Amino acid sequence: MDLFSNLALGFATAVTPYTLMLAVIGCFIGTIIGALPGLGPSNGVALLIPISFSMGLDAMAALVLLTSVYYGAMYGGRISSILLGIPGDEPAMMTVLDGYPMAKQGRASDALVISGVASFVGAFLATIGLMLLAPVLSRVAYQFGPAEYFALYLLAFCTLGGVGSNNQAKSALAALIGLGIAMVGLDQTTGMERFTFGELHLMDGVDFLVAIVGLFAVSEVFVFIESHGKNSAIGVKLGKVTVPWGALKRTSGAMLRGSGVGFIAGILPGAGASLGSFLAYVLEKGVAKDKSTFGKGDERGVAAPEAGNNAAAGGALIPMLTLGVPGSGTTAVLLALLLTLNITPGPLLFTERADVVWGLIAALLIANVVLLIMNVPMVKIFVKILMVPSYVLLPGVTMIAFVGIFSLTGSGFDMQMMVAFGVLGYVCRKLDIPTVPIILGILLGNAMEDNLRRAMVLSNGDWGYLFQSGISIGLWTAAILGFVAPLFLRGFLKKPALPEANQD
Amino acid sequence: MSADRIFGLVMALVALGYLLSAYQIQTSFLSDPMGPRIFPYLIGGFTLICALILVVRPDANAVWPGLATLLQLAIALAVLLGYASAVRPLGFIIPTAVAAGVLSWQINPKPLPAVLTGVGLSVGLFVLFKMVLGLGLHAFPRDWF
Repeated sequence: MDLFSNLALGFATAVTPYTLMLAVIGCFIGTIIGALPGLGPSNGVALLIPISFSMGLDAMAALVLLTSVYYGAMYGGRISSILLGIPGDEPAMMTVLDGYPMAKQGRASDALVISGVASFVGAFLATIGLMLLAPVLSRVAYQFGPAEYFALYLLAFCTLGGVGSNNQAKSALAALIGLGIAMVGLDQTTGMERFTFGELHLMDGVDFLVAIVGLFAVSEVFVFIESHGKNSAIGVKLGKVTVPWGALKRTSGAMLRGSGVGFIAGILPGAGASLGSFLAYVLEKGVAKDKSTFGKGDERGVAAPEAGNNAAAGGALIPMLTLGVPGSGTTAVLLALLLTLNITPGPLLFTERADVVWGLIAALLIANVVLLIMNVPMVKIFVKILMVPSYVLLPGVTMIAFVGIFSLTGSGFDMQMMVAFGVLGYVCRKLDIPTVPIILGILLGNAMEDNLRRAMVLSNGDWGYLFQSGISIGLWTAAILGFVAPLFLRGFLKKPALPEANQD
Repeated sequence: MSADRIFGLVMALVALGYLLSAYQIQTSFLSDPMGPRIFPYLIGGFTLICALILVVRPDANAVWPGLATLLQLAIALAVLLGYASAVRPLGFIIPTAVAAGVLSWQINPKPLPAVLTGVGLSVGLFVLFKMVLGLGLHAFPRDWF
C-alpha cells in the first residue's frame, strides 16, 4: 500500500542512531521547557532554532530535534499545570482546572499518569490522522474563504467567552483588549501606522510572546507575593507513581473524544492547541452525566484537555504542511524553521519532497514513544525540577522569562512591556477577568481583521457577504449560541462554570 | 465604589481614547474598501459597550490587599521595571543577582538564602544560557574590560 511504502521511506530517512539521540535530547528539553511556567512550545522552539543551526544540523536532523521539542513541550505543560496550578504553557491551561485540584487531594500521581497517557493517545492518534488526512483535508480547508475564517475566529472568541467565564461582559472585554492590542503597529494592507504614538518599538506591533509571558509568568510574581506563599501553589507533594489502571479505563472515552475534538480544532488554521484543549474540556463536561465534579478534580477533566491539546498539536501540522498556514504560534515558528531549511510547505511538498514529509511523520511517531517512556515512569525526574523551593523557583522563572524575551527581541522596551502585561494579568485575576481571551485576541487579531478586509475586497464592501455561504452561516449561528446560551443556562446551573484554580 | 465599576470606567475612557486614536489613522489612497480604521472602530465600540455594562452591573467586590502588601507589590514592580531597563546597559550578572535576590527575599524574608539564590541564579542561568545555549548575553557592562 502507498501509505506503508511512504512510511517506510520516512523511517528510512529519519531513523539513524544520531537522529534517535537528537529525538531523545529534544524530548527531554521539550518536557522541561513545557513544564517550566512561562516557557512554552513557541519560545522553546524559537530559542532552539539558532542553536540547531550553530550545531550544523542538516534539515532532517533539525526537524527531528525541534519537532521532538515541540511535542515534548506539549507533554510537559501538564506537569506544572497539575503540580503548581500554573499552566506550563498556553495549551495546558485547561489541565489546571481539574489537574491542580486532583493534586491537592493527594492524587497528583494519578493525574500525571492519566494526563501522560492521554497525551500519548492524543498525539499518536493525531499523527495517524495526519498521515491519512493531510492530503485530503487540504481540499476542505480550501473551501474556507475569508468570510468563513472571520466567522471561525468569532466562534472561538464567543465560545471561550460564553463557556469559560462567569460574566460575558468581562470575557468579551478581555477578548477586545487583546484584539485592540493586536491592532498596534503597521497596518498590513496599507502600511499605515496604528496606535504607535510615534514610538518606534511599537511599529512591529506587540509580540504575543511578550504578552503571554507577562500575563502568565510575571503576574504570578505579584499574586505570589500578595499571598506571601500562604496559599502556595508550589509544593504539592508527589508520592510514589503508580499506574491507575482503573482510572485509565474510566477515562479512555474522554481521551478518545478529546483526541477527536483536539485533532479537528488543530486542523482549523488559527485555532491551534489551546482551542483544542478548551473544546475537548467543554465537550467532556457537556457529555458527562454528572457535571458537578468538574473543576474539583475530575479525572476526565484531566484526560480530555491533555488528549485534546496533544492531538491538536498534531492536527495543527496539517494546515502548516499542506497550505503553509500555521495553526498556532508554535507551528508558525516551525513554519519559519522549514523556510529557513529551504523547504516550502504547500500541496507540492507532498509530491516533491516526500522524504521530508514522511521523515517528519516518522520523527513524530518516534518522539511520541520516547515521550511516553519519559513521561510515565520517569515523570519524577521532571517533578524534581519543579520541587525546588518557591523562593528559588519563582525568581528563577522570572529571570528565565526575562532572558527569553530579551534574547528573542533584544529590547528593554519589550521587557518593560512584559512587566506591564504582568500588572494587567494581576489586575485581571483580582477582578475575575479571564486572561486567555486577551492572548487569543493578540494572537488572532491581525488574521481576523485581515480576513474581514479580504472578504470586503471580494464583496466590494457589502457586509452581507459575511453571511452568504452555508459554512459561514453555521459558524455565525454557533458563535451566537455559544455566547448567549450560557446566559440562560446559568440560571439552572447556579454555579461558576470554571473556577479559578489559583484562588483557593 | 466597587472595583468592577472603577475598571469599567477606566476601560470606557480607554475605549474613547482608542476610538479617537483610530479616527486619526491615516488612510492610504491605495486602500481596500474597508481601510485600516473600521476594525479598530468595531473594537473600540464594543469595548465601550462592555465597559458600560460593567459599570451598570458590577460583580461582587474583590478582596484587595492591605497597605503593607501593596508596598511589597510596589517593590516587586519597581524591581522588575528596574531590571528591564538595567539588563542591557549593566550586563546580565549584576542586575540578575540583585533582582532575583530581592524577589527571593520578598517570598522568604531571610537574608542568606536570598543572597545565595540571587548569586546562584545569576551565575547558573548565565552559564546555561550563554555557555550551553549560546544566547547573546553580556556578563558585565561592556566598558569594564
